[in-house]
Amino acid sequence: MIDEPTRRLDEGALRALVPRVLAGLVRRGEDFDAAEDALQEALLEALRVWPEHPPRDPHAWLATVATRRLVDARRSEVARHRREEATQAEPRAGEPTTPEGDDTLFLLFCCCHPDLAPVSQVALTLRAVGGLTTQEIADAFYVPPATMAQRISRAKRVLAGPPARRLDQPGDLAVVLRVLYLVYTTGHTGPRMGARPPRRPDLAREAIRLARQLTLATDEPEARGLLALMLLNHARLPARLDPDGRIVTLDRQDRGLWDAREIAEGVRVLQSALAAHRPGRYQIEAAIAALHDDAASAEETDWPQILAWYDDLVALTEDPVRQDPAAVLGRAVAVGHVLGAAAGLLETDRLREVLGDRHRWHAVRGHLHELDGDLPAAASAYAEAARRATNIAERDHLVRQAARARAAWA
Amino acid sequence: MPKYLLLKHYRGGPEPHRPVPPIDQWAPEDVEAHIAFQNHVSELLEKNGEYVDAQALTPARTWVRYGGPDAAPVTTDGPHPETSDLVAGWWMIDVDSHERAVELAAYVSSEPGPAGEPLYEWIDVREIMWERPRTTDAA
Repeated sequence: MIDEPTRRLDEGALRALVPRVLAGLVRRGEDFDAAEDALQEALLEALRVWPEHPPRDPHAWLATVATRRLVDARRSEVARHRREEATQAEPRAGEPTTPEGDDTLFLLFCCCHPDLAPVSQVALTLRAVGGLTTQEIADAFYVPPATMAQRISRAKRVLAGPPARRLDQPGDLAVVLRVLYLVYTTGHTGPRMGARPPRRPDLAREAIRLARQLTLATDEPEARGLLALMLLNHARLPARLDPDGRIVTLDRQDRGLWDAREIAEGVRVLQSALAAHRPGRYQIEAAIAALHDDAASAEETDWPQILAWYDDLVALTEDPVRQDPAAVLGRAVAVGHVLGAAAGLLETDRLREVLGDRHRWHAVRGHLHELDGDLPAAASAYAEAARRATNIAERDHLVRQAARARAAWA
Repeated sequence: MPKYLLLKHYRGGPEPHRPVPPIDQWAPEDVEAHIAFQNHVSELLEKNGEYVDAQALTPARTWVRYGGPDAAPVTTDGPHPETSDLVAGWWMIDVDSHERAVELAAYVSSEPGPAGEPLYEWIDVREIMWERPRTTDAA
C-alpha cells in the first residue's frame, strides 16, 4: 500500500502533527472516538498523496481532511469526494491554535484515562499521540490487526462523553508516566523463538519521543526523570546483545558501544529534574542508571552511591517488600557489592515469599552466589531461574549461566 | 498445502531413545551448539518457504474448569504426575506432504545434545485441520 521511501520521507514530520490536530478537533467539541478515526484516515491519505502533492500547511491540511471525514461520516457519504479533496485540500491558513505542548498533555490525559486497562491506554496513546497505524501497533504487540482495532475501539467507547472529564486530577500524570514507561519496556520484549522477529515499530524510540514531548508540556520533574531514565537505559542497548543475539550482562558489555550522546542528554535532563528538589522514583532510577553509565569499567562502578539511591528508592513506599519488591531486589545487588555477597543474599531472603517464584529473584541470587565464590549454589540458582523465565533470550542466557558456573567448578 | 505442528515436549511421549540430563547441566559448548541449532531450524524453514510460526511455552501449567453458576473457576496448578504430557513449544510449518513434515521432524530431532551427539528427541507431528477446497457446490 505505502512504499518504503515515501514512508520514510514523510513519517516523522507527519506524525509530529497528530496530537495538535486531534486536540484541536476534540477541543472544538468533536467526539474523541470519531475525531480519532477521522484523523487516522486523513493520515493514511496524507501518506498516499503528499509525496506528489506536498501541502503548503501540513497541519491545516490534516485538520481540514479530518474535518471533512467527520462531516462525511455523519452524512454516511464516506466514499464521496474522497479523491478530489485529497489533492485539493489546500485549506485556509491561520486557524486559532493553542501551544503545542498543551495539546500533547491534553491527549495523553485522555488516552491514559484511569478507567482504561493498561493495554488499552498503551494502544490508544500510540495511535492518538504517537500517530502509529493500527497495523503498526498490532505488529508491535504481535496480535492480529483486527484484535488491535477492536481493542482500540472498545477503549474509545470508554472515553465517549465529555472529553477529559478527569483532566488534572491528582495521580493522572503518574498514570501517563507509567503508560509511557510501559511503551518503552514493551519495545524490548517479544515472544518469538528462533526466527528473527518480524519488522515492528521501534517502541523504545517512540516512548522516548513521547516522553520528550511530555517534558515540553509540563514542568513536573518526574516527567524529566522518566525521559532521563529511558535515555540512560537506551544508550546501553547496542551492547545488550552480541551479534548472535545472546544477552550480554552489564558487567561484560563493551562500553565503547554505549551511545555517549544519549548518555550526555540523559544526564543533562536528569540534572535539570533533580534541581527542582522534588525527587521521585523515575528520577532515582535514572540516577542509578546514570551511575552505571558513568563507570568506565564494571570495576569502577560506584556501588556505594548506587546503594544510597536505592535506599531513597525503597524509602518511597511504606512496605517496600510488598509494594516495590523490584526496588528491594535491586538494592540487594547493591548491598552485595558494597557489604559483601552474604549480606546481599540475606536481603533477598526477605523477598522469598513475594518473588520466590519469579525468575529474576533466582537470577539475582545466582549472581550473588557467584560473587561469593559459591559456584554450585550459583549454578542451581541460575537453573531455577531458567525454569521460570518467560522470555526466550533470558531463558537461554540463564541456561548458559548455569552451565558456565557448573563447568567452572567441575 | 497441509500445515503441521512439530511439537517439542518437556516430558511425556515414548521412552527416550537417548536419556540425557537437563540442559543446564551440559557443557557450555554443548549448550551453545544446541541453541544455535534451534535458531538454524527456524532460519532454514524461512529460507525454504515452509515457516509459519514458532513459539515456546513456559513449563508452568494451570488446569482450569468452570466452577458452576456463581462460583469461581476451579483451578489446579499441580502437582501433576511426572508422566503427564507437557508441551514445550512448536514450529508450525506449511509443507507439500506428510512425508516432508516427517522428514523435517526427524531433522529437528537430530539437534545436538551432550558431547555434540544427536539428541534423538521424540517430536510430536500433528496435522492442522483445514477446509479442503470443494470441487463442486454439491460436494
